[in-house]
Amino acid sequence: MGMTMAEKILSRHSGNGRVRPGDIVVCDVDKIIQIDLTFSATAPMPKRIVDPGKIAVILDHAVPAPTIADAEGQSIARKFVKDFGIDKFYDLGRGGICHQVVLENGLALPGQILTCTDSHTCASGAFNCVARGMGPLEMLQIMCTGKTWYQVAPTVRFELSGRKPPNVFGKDVFLHLADIAGSVEGHNIEFGGPGVAELTLDDRATLATMAAELSAEFATFPADNKVAEYLRSVTQEQFDPAESDADAEYAATYPVDLSQLRPYVARPDFIPHNTLPVTELGEDVPIDQAFVGSCANGKLEDFRVAAQVVRGRKIAPRVRFIVTPSSQRVLKEAVRLGYVETLLEAGAMVTNSTCGACYGGHMGVVGPNEVCITSSTRNFKGRMGSPSARIYMASSATVAASAVAGRICDPTAYLGDEV
Amino acid sequence: MSNSDPLVVQGRVWLFADDNINTDLMMPQTVFAKSLEVQLRHVFATYRPGWIDEVRPGDILVGGRNFGTGSSRPGSMLLKRLGIAALVAETINGLFYRNCVNYALPAMECSGIRTLVNEGDTLRVDITHGSVENLTRGQQGNGVRMPDFLQAIVRAGGIMERLKTEGYL
Repeated sequence: MGMTMAEKILSRHSGNGRVRPGDIVVCDVDKIIQIDLTFSATAPMPKRIVDPGKIAVILDHAVPAPTIADAEGQSIARKFVKDFGIDKFYDLGRGGICHQVVLENGLALPGQILTCTDSHTCASGAFNCVARGMGPLEMLQIMCTGKTWYQVAPTVRFELSGRKPPNVFGKDVFLHLADIAGSVEGHNIEFGGPGVAELTLDDRATLATMAAELSAEFATFPADNKVAEYLRSVTQEQFDPAESDADAEYAATYPVDLSQLRPYVARPDFIPHNTLPVTELGEDVPIDQAFVGSCANGKLEDFRVAAQVVRGRKIAPRVRFIVTPSSQRVLKEAVRLGYVETLLEAGAMVTNSTCGACYGGHMGVVGPNEVCITSSTRNFKGRMGSPSARIYMASSATVAASAVAGRICDPTAYLGDEV
Repeated sequence: MSNSDPLVVQGRVWLFADDNINTDLMMPQTVFAKSLEVQLRHVFATYRPGWIDEVRPGDILVGGRNFGTGSSRPGSMLLKRLGIAALVAETINGLFYRNCVNYALPAMECSGIRTLVNEGDTLRVDITHGSVENLTRGQQGNGVRMPDFLQAIVRAGGIMERLKTEGYL
């Protein structure tokens, strides 16, 4: 039998030949991403590190610092970067959310292994990179030794075909997968099939990022020409993609015809098996807050679509619409292309790039009994603020349309013919 | 029980039977920058108010499917600091399982464990062999033994102790 993408990458990095589900392998890690939250007055710091060239430090969750403790942690991060001579440092105003910064700058490359404390690190699988979240202590170990262990997991494959209708976005595709497959804890996710070529890199990144919500270990896409072309425009570093073998073994394969999909929504508290087409929601849900942002959906495509929906319209009275870019680069482009102006004219609030409201940190925390619709990453009870708030999740188009309507609604009528 | 192997333990069961019990319930964002003492007071504080006053060192936590789903915040470290001797769940989220190993919290998946125990039962857990025995009911079950490579990390006291020994910290 052959190997999946993840199995091949783990095999190459461990010096083992063929690896199989259940094997434990010790691998050299190519890229080590540290975020602001891992630096604090109490966090242990290493005396020596493996290789400053493998490490990037990206300040993203609590920026600009909302508390003194956050500000102190960020000072410690700056000192760490200086002391160890780390070139890849993305301070406030020069970076953004770590996963977006990693993809934009070609830090995650096909065939590589990347680690970061954030649980949505599987985002880099969009570029055929084996990437996952680790605890802060394990990240410390990897900074010191350059190595960690993986238990090879069985893989679930989504075989994509067809082309999405214009009112369907990467988030809708994901929410559909969550409906058909549910939670896949203990398994990798692999995306394949002719439908991959039809997805933009932003859509692939959304899908890989959101795989964390199905509790996937890794989520990998093949590195096709679109990926290679993009990476050649941002990095000189060589890479060696891993394709899955035709006779690779999968725990399950789900065929997905993209052309049959519709706008989806997730109900509050959890995503697996808790999603449905928005037209079938079956309840009138007035909202207090609409949020577009996060590593999953604060991308240029999200700004474009949100602006498209609200152009010439106003956000509903008593509803607040917060839009947070996933990077400084996204924000600059969104300003240049006029999306930000359109959003501001409609009454939206556009913030700096940060994880912000997505993790309930700052800049959009929701209050008791409020209802929020979000295109961010996670809808656990209490995730974005009060445990009594209800968090629905949908595409940025559906979020923007709901912000205008004042209640959760299908975005199709708002998208017009241009999309 | 006088057994020096941290991977073979016996203790009183707390049953957290729901599926998908997440890290945010163990360690809400609001306590990220707070002291360990404050963080410990918030473990399951909204999910199961009062539990923190009743749990004792040596107790065993029994969970449902996908226990510990969510983020990398070290909920397992807080359970360890509360003195939880072992976690046995129907299935354990991959990131959470790594954090259990790294913070030296013995953890094991065991299909059917929820129906094998009632809260308050005495459970014997042998993670080296992948077996459980409900001493109150006299029933046995089989789980997934922890691989030797990971057992060594737990026995060493977790990653932090290893890094200190090797001179990195």
